Amino acid sequence: MHELPITESILKIVLAHAEKNDVRQVVTIHLQVGKLSDLEDEWIQRYFDYLSKGTIAQGAELKIERTPIMLQCNACAASYPVEIANLSDSACPVCGQKDSKLISGREYYIKNMEVQ
Amino acid sequence: MENVRLIEVKEEIMADNNQVAAGVRERLRNTKTMLLNLMSSPGSGKTSLILRTVEGLKGNVKLGVIEADIDSTVDAEKVAACGIPAIQLRTGGFCHLDATMVTQGIDALAAKELDLIIIENVGNLVCPAEFDTGAHKNVMILSVPEGDDKPLKYPLMFTICDVLLVNKIDYLSLSDFDMTTLRKRVLTLNPNIKIIEVSCKTGAGIEDWIAWLKKEVDEFK
Repeated sequence: MHELPITESILKIVLAHAEKNDVRQVVTIHLQVGKLSDLEDEWIQRYFDYLSKGTIAQGAELKIERTPIMLQCNACAASYPVEIANLSDSACPVCGQKDSKLISGREYYIKNMEVQ
Repeated sequence: MENVRLIEVKEEIMADNNQVAAGVRERLRNTKTMLLNLMSSPGSGKTSLILRTVEGLKGNVKLGVIEADIDSTVDAEKVAACGIPAIQLRTGGFCHLDATMVTQGIDALAAKELDLIIIENVGNLVCPAEFDTGAHKNVMILSVPEGDDKPLKYPLMFTICDVLLVNKIDYLSLSDFDMTTLRKRVLTLNPNIKIIEVSCKTGAGIEDWIAWLKKEVDEFK
């Protein structure tokens, strides 16, 4: 359900950039969203279609790149992806240590957009 | 057909809320009021924990509560009955609190010169994890009947919290909940999280929670 306020934010940012850049039509919007987020791509697009009616972003397609959940080993500094299903036995593939920190997977970012 | 060009945007989607949240944190830093955001599923014991916390901090910490509920005042009435200032935000179907809604609650409590404000967020493990409320500390409750697999289903929540309270440990003997597996899963996502096992019903572990909270509030002053 939180897709609605998030989509409102996306539209607001997109329209602000479109205005600054003299855009006639927004074609595609590229987002980066971490895999830890529960956002449903389909719902974001539906909300966006609804909210953007009558704006220059109407009809724009949202392309969402899902960034992986990455840990960094506190012992050897190697970074490695982790699958949620294997959380209880995740360890550094280089040195075998389990002490790590989360370095990616929570992104919520608008990268760029294709416009006319 | 007109040429398509690329515009670099490079903006955080949550920038507006993050900015309001940073303002809330700074404002309360200045008044020396610690803001704690309490999150969990419905029925895991948020209100019971707040009532235990009121009892545990009595006489030492001036506490206020911001309650978020979809459309009732049941929780605020329970808290106010203990003599604690409680503000009910009616979220009217919203699934989470954002920093602007929290600001309304803080404004309503502002005159009280509080040491600690606890936000009882909307019962939900998904949406509240996505919105910074401006809290200085995030705390979540997972209750034993919910199962030890919740970090697999709602990982984001476990990554943003400073403390995980595992409530209803009096149910452990009736359940196949595996505390060791839970700890491994949670600590992989968030090695810095403090895990405290409690039962709001029997009072087990509550003193550990109160000790942590009291230390944090003292250090905040």
